[in-house]
Amino acid sequence: MDVLDLARLQFATTTILHFVYVPISIGLSLLVAIMETMYVIKKKDLYKKMAQFWGTFLLINFALGVVTGILQEFQFGMNWSDFSRFVGDVFGTPLAIEALLAFFLESTFIGLWVFGWERLSKSVHLICMWLVAIGTMLSALWILAANSFMQRPVGYGVVNGRAEMQDFAALLTNEQLLWEYPHTIFAAIATGAFLVAGISAWKLMHKKNMDFFKPSFKLSIIVALICAIAIPLFGHGQAQYLIKTQPMKMAASEALWGDSGDPAPWTVIANIDPDKQENTFEIKVPFALSFLSYSKFSGSVPGMKELQAEYVKTYGPGDYIPPVRTTFWSFRIMIAAGCAMIALALYGAYLSFRQKLEGSHRWFFRLMLWGISLPFIGNTAGWIMTEMGRQPWTVFGLLQTKDSVSPTVVAGEVLFSLIAFTSLYLILTGVLAFLFARTARKGPDMEPHQHTVIHDPFAQGGDSIDVK
Amino acid sequence: MTLNDLWFLLIAVLFTGFFFLEGFDFGVGMATGLVPRNDQQKRLMINTIGPFWDANEVWLITAAGAMFAAFPHFYATMFSGYYLVFVFILLGLILRGVSFEFRGKAEGKGWTGTWDACILIGSFLPPMLFGMAFAALVKGVPIQQNMNLKAGFLDVFNGYTVWVGLTVVGMCLMHGLTFISLRTIGEVRDRARVIASKFLPVLGILLAGMVVWTYFATDLFARRGPFMYVAVAVGIVAYVLTWYFLKQRREGWAFGMTGAIILLSFVSLFVGLFPRFMVSSINSAFDLTIYNASSSPYTLKNMTIVAATLLPFVLGYQAWSYFVFHKRLSEKDHLEY
Ligand code: HDD
Ligand code: HEM
Ligand code: HEM
Repeated sequence: MDVLDLARLQFATTTILHFVYVPISIGLSLLVAIMETMYVIKKKDLYKKMAQFWGTFLLINFALGVVTGILQEFQFGMNWSDFSRFVGDVFGTPLAIEALLAFFLESTFIGLWVFGWERLSKSVHLICMWLVAIGTMLSALWILAANSFMQRPVGYGVVNGRAEMQDFAALLTNEQLLWEYPHTIFAAIATGAFLVAGISAWKLMHKKNMDFFKPSFKLSIIVALICAIAIPLFGHGQAQYLIKTQPMKMAASEALWGDSGDPAPWTVIANIDPDKQENTFEIKVPFALSFLSYSKFSGSVPGMKELQAEYVKTYGPGDYIPPVRTTFWSFRIMIAAGCAMIALALYGAYLSFRQKLEGSHRWFFRLMLWGISLPFIGNTAGWIMTEMGRQPWTVFGLLQTKDSVSPTVVAGEVLFSLIAFTSLYLILTGVLAFLFARTARKGPDMEPHQHTVIHDPFAQGGDSIDVK
Repeated sequence: MTLNDLWFLLIAVLFTGFFFLEGFDFGVGMATGLVPRNDQQKRLMINTIGPFWDANEVWLITAAGAMFAAFPHFYATMFSGYYLVFVFILLGLILRGVSFEFRGKAEGKGWTGTWDACILIGSFLPPMLFGMAFAALVKGVPIQQNMNLKAGFLDVFNGYTVWVGLTVVGMCLMHGLTFISLRTIGEVRDRARVIASKFLPVLGILLAGMVVWTYFATDLFARRGPFMYVAVAVGIVAYVLTWYFLKQRREGWAFGMTGAIILLSFVSLFVGLFPRFMVSSINSAFDLTIYNASSSPYTLKNMTIVAATLLPFVLGYQAWSYFVFHKRLSEKDHLEY
């Protein structure tokens, strides 16, 4: 493997793993903020215990989100220096704003939240968690603004061979972002909600702390249901937009070699042969692709062969077809995960509202426990489709992946860091799973906290004698 | 002042702020290997930086983000040119960050021992390697005509850079020791102060060596003579006052002085560099400067508006968080970590 392949592999593994922790942080911080709000309003200790118990998961996970994020921030310069030089003018701004606006917010206020239970008033403490939750969502907004520029460049001009920003507002009103952001955010919140619901279900199955896990399950399943419905709605919008801006990605994710014909059927599964540029076996649902692409039951979708010819005319000779099998299957896996999430959330909400959680639904509780994995599968598949489907471009239409990589870095270095980071991440993910399981098994700590002694170096007398 | 100057200043402030703030929590991390006599004391020390270390690290992330936005070539050249250095810095930061959180979440000797070791490694490697990287970039690294850099082993790893690296480590350790003595009561506080006093002569030698070696190895004194001499003089005063305040057990002031030493070192570095970011050892025409490495004026203008709007809030709530946790901790307190 050469530097390019290694750097791509490294970007894919580190980013996919970063995006395992990210959605948990986004989802859990929102849920914990809701729980603490209920505590402050209803003044029931149960809700405080809920915020603290689920907050423990958030904290364990947050640490991993933070440390893997630092690597992301450095990685563009380390592995993709030509990319950084080319887009820095446009791309650096959202990243810098993300740090100033979001990372400072979330890191400062999570510290205040963790250590501030006894030092801050109830409402100030609550505000801290809300600021963390808002911080995580703002961070997502800015990084996705950067990513949307790569999917669909706007508000720039190419000057001296570099993309220069010409319209900052365009970056934020990029239609790509307006679809990508809600789709990703709802998916992230769903990830947190399914985690809470899954662990609660498992506890309910073992009839542990029913009074604690029933409300936890109910709250999280409501959130999960809302998200599970919102995700495909925005996903549908994204698909419609995709067909306009990156038709090649859409054709690849449908394994559509030639024109679809009108109305376009949706391919459920196919056996793809990228060398011969054809599918040897297909199962299709009539009209569905027309609906996905245009929200009506007519209209054709262009295929990869004609798009290839078109791209050659626009961008010069080259191969513009992304890895079709990966793009096709990751799209299907994402959608399958979405359908399963809706089914689970619907049934869970039904049980919850009919007060039937006590009963003998062991199979359902077990399914919910497995269901924790669904949003992760959906997230990962979604990103793989989005990023792989954009190949061979890094910035669509402007910069190709092969021209993005650092020219001075050698394969041995990237290989070393790839192995070091990947194995470290995998070990740490194992530790995370271990700590999650341990915390879940132990259950909430129902005993009241003792009060603490406080020593003030700046107060009168006592310990202040030595310090001015 | 042009916007290019302003952004040089901001990046200098972000890096200097990073070393001032994260400096003490690197130091506390390293001091967990020296000060505590038992596990409870070690936990106490980790808890003194518990609410802060993450926000302190964001200073570095913001510095990198600001480099990317305002001087993309600086960002690209430095991060790709120092590839392996940054790999090890990142490994250190990753290990350290998770260790604080994980350490207290389960029991067992093997468990805590592992994370303790990670805290030590992770608190030592980044200041050491950053010190080396900065030393190398003022001394000069082989930047080519097209701004590409491939720093060889000896460019980063030589007598001067290692000395500067160790000095940065020493400054952080000292800063961390005074921080612990300021934030705790009981045995930990006393031991931290005593160890700080014992370590002070070593730091003196490191600092003196760094100043002299910098005089010969770089052009900082030649370019900015008067400023550098004043900085050294003020540094000597701060050093002596550190010794005095430690003796007087006035820990707040001692902490201020160890911080001043860090500030002076990095301010001198950036004053000496200006208007360059990285010095090319091949040809001074290939230096990366605030002009040839910068983004377009439009971007710089936008970034300036954003930074001017956001920074006051950031500084405000960070200061508030230090105020909320200004009280000393003891071993009897409820410890989160
Ligand atoms: C949709 C959301 C999202 C996406 C796509 C990314 N991140 Fe992220 N990132 C977050 C959402 C997030 C977060 C939720 O805000 C995190 C996770 C947990 C946390 O502490 O903050 C975070 C942490 C985090 C941190 C540490 C912040 C701290 O110390 O508090 C950095 C430096 C980055 N990220 C940088 C990146 C970069 C350069 C990415 C692009 C490849 C990236 N993230 C993708
Ligand atoms: C967190 C969710 C993300 C995941 C899981 C993800 C996944 C991937 C994958 C799998 C690749 C490799 C594609 C290939 O080489 O075939 C890739 C490439 C890339 N992505 Fe993403 N990505 C994510 C978010 C982002 C964001 C937010 C950005 C920018 C801000 C980004 C920037 C890039 C860049 C620069 C590459 C270049 C390498 C390449 O094109 O191969 N990614 N990503
Ligand atoms: C069920 C119907 C769904 C549809 C129609 C759908 C549609 C899409 C489309 C078209 C894209 C690619 C956008 C692009 O490349 O510009 C995408 C990306 C993505 N999807 Fe989905 N999706 C669905 C379900 C899900 C589910 C259940 C999850 C996770 C829980 C998920 C998470 C993601 C993520 C993280 C991305 C990458 C980021 C982005 O481009 O927004 N999706 N989705």
